[in-house]
Amino acid sequence: MEALFARTGLADLYEKVVQGERLSYDDGLRLYRTPELTAVGALANVVRERMNGDATYYVRNLHINYTNICNKLCKFCSFYAPPGDPRGYVLTPDDIVARLAEHRDHVIREIHMVAGINPKLPYQYYLDILRSVRAARPEAQIKAFTMIELAQIARAAKKPLGDVLEDLKGAGLACVPGGGAEVFSDRVHEELFRAKLDNEGWFQVAREVHRAGLRSNATMLYGHIETVEEKVKHLLHIRELQDETKGFQCFVPLAFDPARTELEHIPVTTGQQNLREIAIARLLLDNFPHIKAFWIMITPQIAQLALWYGADDLDGTVSHYEITHALGTASHHQALSHQELLDLISEAGRVPVERDALYNVIPEQLAVGGQQSAKGSVSLRVLSSSS
Amino acid sequence: MSGNGASRLQEIEAKVLAEGRLSGEDGLALLQVTNLPWLGFLADTVRRRKRPEREVTYVVGRIINYTNVCWVKCTFCAFYRLPGHQEGYVLSREEIFQKIQDAVDHGGTEVLFQGGLNPALKIDYFEEIFRAIRRRFPVHIHGLSPAELIYLAKISRLSLRETLLRLKSAGLGTIPGGGAEILVDDVRQAISPLKDTVEEWLDCMRTAHQVGIPSSATMMFGSVETAAQRVEHLLRLRSLQDETGGFTAFVAWNFQPDGTDLKGKRASAFDYLRTVAVARLMLDNFGNIQASWLTQGPKVAQIALHYGVNDLGSTIFEERVVSAGGTKFMASREEIERVIADAGYTPRVRNTRYEILR
Ligand code: SF4
Ligand code: SF4
Repeated sequence: MEALFARTGLADLYEKVVQGERLSYDDGLRLYRTPELTAVGALANVVRERMNGDATYYVRNLHINYTNICNKLCKFCSFYAPPGDPRGYVLTPDDIVARLAEHRDHVIREIHMVAGINPKLPYQYYLDILRSVRAARPEAQIKAFTMIELAQIARAAKKPLGDVLEDLKGAGLACVPGGGAEVFSDRVHEELFRAKLDNEGWFQVAREVHRAGLRSNATMLYGHIETVEEKVKHLLHIRELQDETKGFQCFVPLAFDPARTELEHIPVTTGQQNLREIAIARLLLDNFPHIKAFWIMITPQIAQLALWYGADDLDGTVSHYEITHALGTASHHQALSHQELLDLISEAGRVPVERDALYNVIPEQLAVGGQQSAKGSVSLRVLSSSS
Repeated sequence: MSGNGASRLQEIEAKVLAEGRLSGEDGLALLQVTNLPWLGFLADTVRRRKRPEREVTYVVGRIINYTNVCWVKCTFCAFYRLPGHQEGYVLSREEIFQKIQDAVDHGGTEVLFQGGLNPALKIDYFEEIFRAIRRRFPVHIHGLSPAELIYLAKISRLSLRETLLRLKSAGLGTIPGGGAEILVDDVRQAISPLKDTVEEWLDCMRTAHQVGIPSSATMMFGSVETAAQRVEHLLRLRSLQDETGGFTAFVAWNFQPDGTDLKGKRASAFDYLRTVAVARLMLDNFGNIQASWLTQGPKVAQIALHYGVNDLGSTIFEERVVSAGGTKFMASREEIERVIADAGYTPRVRNTRYEILR
């Protein structure tokens, strides 16, 4: 590998990465600017294999978007209906239970609930939906509410966020997805999502979430109007908070999908952009245990390749997907079957490891069944050596 | 990867860096590699040697599927209709001219003329249509894969050589390497038993190159073949290229299972990149490796530019043989240029002979 790095002009970064040294702001800029995508991927792969070996995590999950009514009007969002719009909906606790019932024959370990910022919803509503979900699927963990929603819930509760988080935990909240971070730049915030929680606000909420003992993910929405400098700052800002709280489990670069948004003139992200964002996240966020390739946004093909560009998590089988809150994508009714997901991973020479929402490994006999035992046993070996 | 395996790969790496020729065993070892970035690096070394400019080419062209009537019944084909079937068609001259006019209006320089093996169409049909096209349009005719040529010679009661010479003087410029599938008779027997044999295919290309008609070469992988058979395919192409030098480019595409008799899974993006990279490494006497935008889609085709690929094929696609099998990717010039530039290369328009036009 060293010989091959020589011609890329990144030999010094290879040295640094192999030594486990922390990368700087300038290193980040170089990683964004070099045309040598393979080199960036190979660097990220060094870190990926050091932290996670061949293990590739996935979860059997279900997404529920409890309301699409939102008063934030983010320009990159194609999901929301403004208050009063006839397309608006709110799922009642019973609606949600009915939807869960449709999936009664499927294993579900994580229920992912996010939605718009609907000022009409009372505090009690949030507690009710958590409790109903927990009662309907007690074995599944609930991952719910972006930082923006949490700020709104606290507003509805008229209580300090810390107390609200305790209530939500009591009602069944297991962890927090971390969306809504977009790009931490006042310029981008002003232009694209001015009504939404500002950058400092996002950090405040994240800090409190972690302080309450809840773990979260962090995200970055790319492929709109952001600059390379803004992205590096975003990543380093998140790295700093992680140094402080250690509450993040996973980082998810989110590819902006311009379809049906106010930014429709922007072309969709390329495969190169998708892989580069994943690789740079893996390299700069040296204190994040996991980097996710979210196949729904970047295609299963690119997500598979991403397993060699820094990613160690493929999210899940994802049944039912309407929103990416703060990701700006609507109506992706896509799903990969459990077997397809396993094939995707093992064809790429990696080892599938089923997890729950908190990255606990599902024991192999539950995870993949008898016929997969060969794969399963490898996964356990990898895991026990890294935990 | 075992220690043994790792040193074997280091040997191969050293060989590639020293510009040595890889053996069949080397190829087979590379097809088992899972470290994708490493393989990409290696393939890119050869690509840079062949194409030192940081450029990626494409051609502006149009595919004309002049007939879908075919009696060969390849199991992987969702395009054909048997003779006598009511959905069978042969395009009229007017339809063909209309399509070419359309391509020329969009800056097109190439017409890819391809269809089924239709017993009703003999040499005079092709001579006439090629002459008529060349009289009307400043386009290069890239057409008739070996299966079509061999069949055409047979039903026209001509030798292959004579057939090729007559088509050449009527305006045929180059031949697409389609129908190569995998050049191993066991595989061909399994997936297209009525098609030409390996010897016939190679012989047709040899004759074409000898009479001055260059061609491309293809590989359709991911159906029933083994890794060793993929390597065998590449070795056969390489040795014919040593002999004639008549291949302009190589393109690999993965078998498209939807709507065909051959059920099965679509090869993954990972398998595609690995195969393309190994092809770049093995085919050391090929100037160009093309990505199949059509079957892989723009995202994966773009990544292939880092795995040995230096050409993105044609912009205007109407490849019914493939699209009937379930892939629907189109490429506009704008999109193709954006993807190339985004990967760090300068987009260049070429002609069918891989000469840069713009
Ligand atoms: S991204 Fe979220 S906050 Fe913004 S408009 Fe959409 S649903 Fe509302
Ligand atoms: S692939 Fe070609 S030869 Fe085979 S059935 Fe289809 S049209 Fe006929």
